[in-house]
Amino acid sequence: MTEHAVAAGRAARRRRLWRRFRRRPMPMAGLVLVVGFVLLALAGPLVVGDPAAQDYLATLAPPSPAHLMGTDDLGRDAFARIAHGAQVSLQAGVLSTLLAMAVGIPIGLVAGFYRRWLDPVVMRLVDVTLAFPFLVFAVGLAAIIGPSLKGVVLALGFAQLPAVIRITRGEVLAVREMDYVAAAVADGAGDGHIILRYVLPNCASPLIVQATVAIPTAIIGESTLSFLGLGVQPPTPSWGVMLTTAQQYLSDAPWLAIWPGLMIALATLGFNLLGDGLRDVLDPRSGR
Amino acid sequence: MILRIDNLVKHYGQVRAVDGLSLEIAHGEVLGLVGESGSGKSTVGKCVLRLTDPTAGTIELAGRDITRLSRRAMRPLRRDMHMVFQDPFSSLNPRFTIEQIVGEPLLRHKVADRRGVSERVSAMLEKVGLRPEMRSRFPHELSGGQRQRVGLARALILEPKLVVADEPVSALDVSVQASVLNLITDLQRDMGFSCLFITHDLSVVEFLADRIAVMYLGKIVESGPKAEIFAAPRHPYTQALLSAAPVADPVRQRERRRIVLGADVPSPVDPPSGCRFHTRCPLAYDACRTDEPPLTDTRSNGHPAACHLITADRIPDAAAHR
Amino acid sequence: MSLLEITDLTVGFDTEDGLVQAVRNISLTLDEGEILALCGESGCGKSVTAMSVPRLLPPDTTRLSGSVTLDGRELTTLPEPDMRHVRGKDVSVVFQEPMTSLNPSFSVGYQITEVLRRHEGLSRRAAGERALALLELVGIPAPARRMKEYPHQLSGGMRQRVMIAIAVACSPRVLIADEPTTALDVTIQAGVLDVFRDLRDRLGTAIILITHDLGVVADIADRAVVMYAGRAVEQATVTELFANPRHPYTLGLMKALPTAAVGGRLAEIPGMVPSPLSDPDECAFHDRCPRVQTDCRLSRPQLVRQAEGHLAACFHPGGQS
Repeated sequence: MTEHAVAAGRAARRRRLWRRFRRRPMPMAGLVLVVGFVLLALAGPLVVGDPAAQDYLATLAPPSPAHLMGTDDLGRDAFARIAHGAQVSLQAGVLSTLLAMAVGIPIGLVAGFYRRWLDPVVMRLVDVTLAFPFLVFAVGLAAIIGPSLKGVVLALGFAQLPAVIRITRGEVLAVREMDYVAAAVADGAGDGHIILRYVLPNCASPLIVQATVAIPTAIIGESTLSFLGLGVQPPTPSWGVMLTTAQQYLSDAPWLAIWPGLMIALATLGFNLLGDGLRDVLDPRSGR
Repeated sequence: MILRIDNLVKHYGQVRAVDGLSLEIAHGEVLGLVGESGSGKSTVGKCVLRLTDPTAGTIELAGRDITRLSRRAMRPLRRDMHMVFQDPFSSLNPRFTIEQIVGEPLLRHKVADRRGVSERVSAMLEKVGLRPEMRSRFPHELSGGQRQRVGLARALILEPKLVVADEPVSALDVSVQASVLNLITDLQRDMGFSCLFITHDLSVVEFLADRIAVMYLGKIVESGPKAEIFAAPRHPYTQALLSAAPVADPVRQRERRRIVLGADVPSPVDPPSGCRFHTRCPLAYDACRTDEPPLTDTRSNGHPAACHLITADRIPDAAAHR
Repeated sequence: MSLLEITDLTVGFDTEDGLVQAVRNISLTLDEGEILALCGESGCGKSVTAMSVPRLLPPDTTRLSGSVTLDGRELTTLPEPDMRHVRGKDVSVVFQEPMTSLNPSFSVGYQITEVLRRHEGLSRRAAGERALALLELVGIPAPARRMKEYPHQLSGGMRQRVMIAIAVACSPRVLIADEPTTALDVTIQAGVLDVFRDLRDRLGTAIILITHDLGVVADIADRAVVMYAGRAVEQATVTELFANPRHPYTLGLMKALPTAAVGGRLAEIPGMVPSPLSDPDECAFHDRCPRVQTDCRLSRPQLVRQAEGHLAACFHPGGQS
């Protein structure tokens, strides 16, 4: 009965949030784009052919029924490469964001909740790293770690870390002053329990919104690193790698640049629209 | 005595929120602690529950000194006391259902298993006048009055000996306030807990307190049985408070003689010398500016006040102000 | 003709849940030198009614019908530039929260003189002198010194007095005070209420006082309108209202005050205010009313005359007591 009542309450809350979300056209468009992107990344590689297969009879071919998005200089199918590239982008975006959250949230929670000596130390470090532009920081890290998908994820993850720590800490500072936290202390609750059950859940909304901003940033980051040769290495298809190649054939085969560019733009736009919508729906100050 | 506070001091940096305050609450007694903003009344409540650490002084709960107990050592004692907060919107965890909120103390102190929690939560919700289907709701689905009932249920589910209620009805509309005040009265009579009721509203403590203590800038200026305080307030500040609260009767209200206080409330960072009230007191004289009057029970009737005029037996009878 | 006449005012707001009716068919008048209290509990529509006069409601979501005239001039259809002039000169507002209503970056003196120079076209010097006189008028001690101070240096009571000084700087015909003393301590409140009384007596300013506090109404108002669920349910002179409350809601509010306890208990008003989303054709108070009868559920009672200058919207009003 207890669990049932709780589950029923949660389900009702989710339904209400979904109702509010559904009524907004832009976030819904964002959701469609994001779902499309994820489908392309997950199912695309199963449907399309081998991204490395070369068709020597059709190099730099324009879009046609045989090659929906045309082919590149080695006669590889652009659509197959876009689909596999989506997988790389999704991995880089999601994994690096997860990494940043997994490391950053605990640090932010502890720094914000305990303050004392830890908070100023952490925050000064965060301020110093935030002084570097995100991409410059990521490029520097990638250069140290070495070029590979793993390197991209690590570099982007650590480059995102300061922002995550700062947002978490800011929320914790606000939440720990709430009376329900005082009530939990008055109940005799321990710090661990208060942080996990009272503070963290009430910081979740802005962190979810932050994730929807971080993922597209990381997608652009991956493309940039790969474009610069610091990320995923050819022949692995990545949107950034594709852009590097396309650069040389911009006048002969402009579609080679258009497709990856368009995909990066759409995926980024999708996450950002979704994030805006989530911010409106999840923000408790914007009514219920 | 369930609670005995002796010479409590709490400074937040420069701010002297509570500056040498003593009070006692007997078993089953409701003490109304009255003061205006900045008087330090809420800080007293927080110190009693050890939500903040006192700077000096002692706090005894049922004869045991809890002033310097560690958080761990405090934990078992938290069964005996709890708090009701002012703001019905920030005092309930928005991510918990009502059942989780009210049942939390039971699980924390391991006085019931999951099944027992469910039963006791139902019983408690009924006691505070909430329907059983409220259990699966979230706080934001409830009205302000309903939330305050949930706050009461959470505070009372362990049947504490002492409840600290910090302005529990100030954020509520009059009609809702009336039902919550009735509820607190009923619960207090049924369960017999002692209560430190903190408020700025004299009419609320007149309704439900047994004894009243009036605070001004971190100190108690007067305390005594409710009837005494209202019939014969002795400290000029209490008199001014009583005369300033408008009564809902235009004929009477417009004939009342009001004591108009001069100046602003001084900052608790730098409280005035001597009697802290002297900068606003209409009756202040030389001694008030230099010497601090002690809280003295001149008539030995449990109604002490801290005013030079009283010790000098010069204060005018102020019953006419009401 | 009264100074201010509100006729059949209905105000709704577009929200995600649909149209929320905040005020329904309110009519009221305000005479020169009169203090009219709009009272009721949160959500009853008292603030929305008053803020419709200077049109301080979000323009893109507000649905307003009815008429508001000041000196016979219709305000609801006035073009925005003209309305801005009305807001500065003829109708001014004092809000509940004195801290957030003052600009923290400018001195008190600057904020008052700025209003005077903009609306009255006074020179810097003349505006300075007027400002000093205004601060004195609202009972601020050592006004010359206060002029140079910034809002954060003032106490809550002093800030509210400064707000009032700014509001009356251009001698408005109508002053709207929205819970002006709710954020203040009771010993400070008395002084601020005196300022309002003084303004009315000395300058003849008509005041609409929005409050939930019946004590404040009893203290200062000449006439009061009691609102419930967006409608006026009772309207009378203050002495008459408190002596003979006719509407059961008014009576309920008075009996619910802690000072009105009988035998250690307060009279409660059971139930909750109906949703502002629906508007069935019945008395909005019927399911909380101790005097409810069949007819209360069948149609809505209109405001009808109970005695000289005393209106109540109830089929079964309380009699002379």
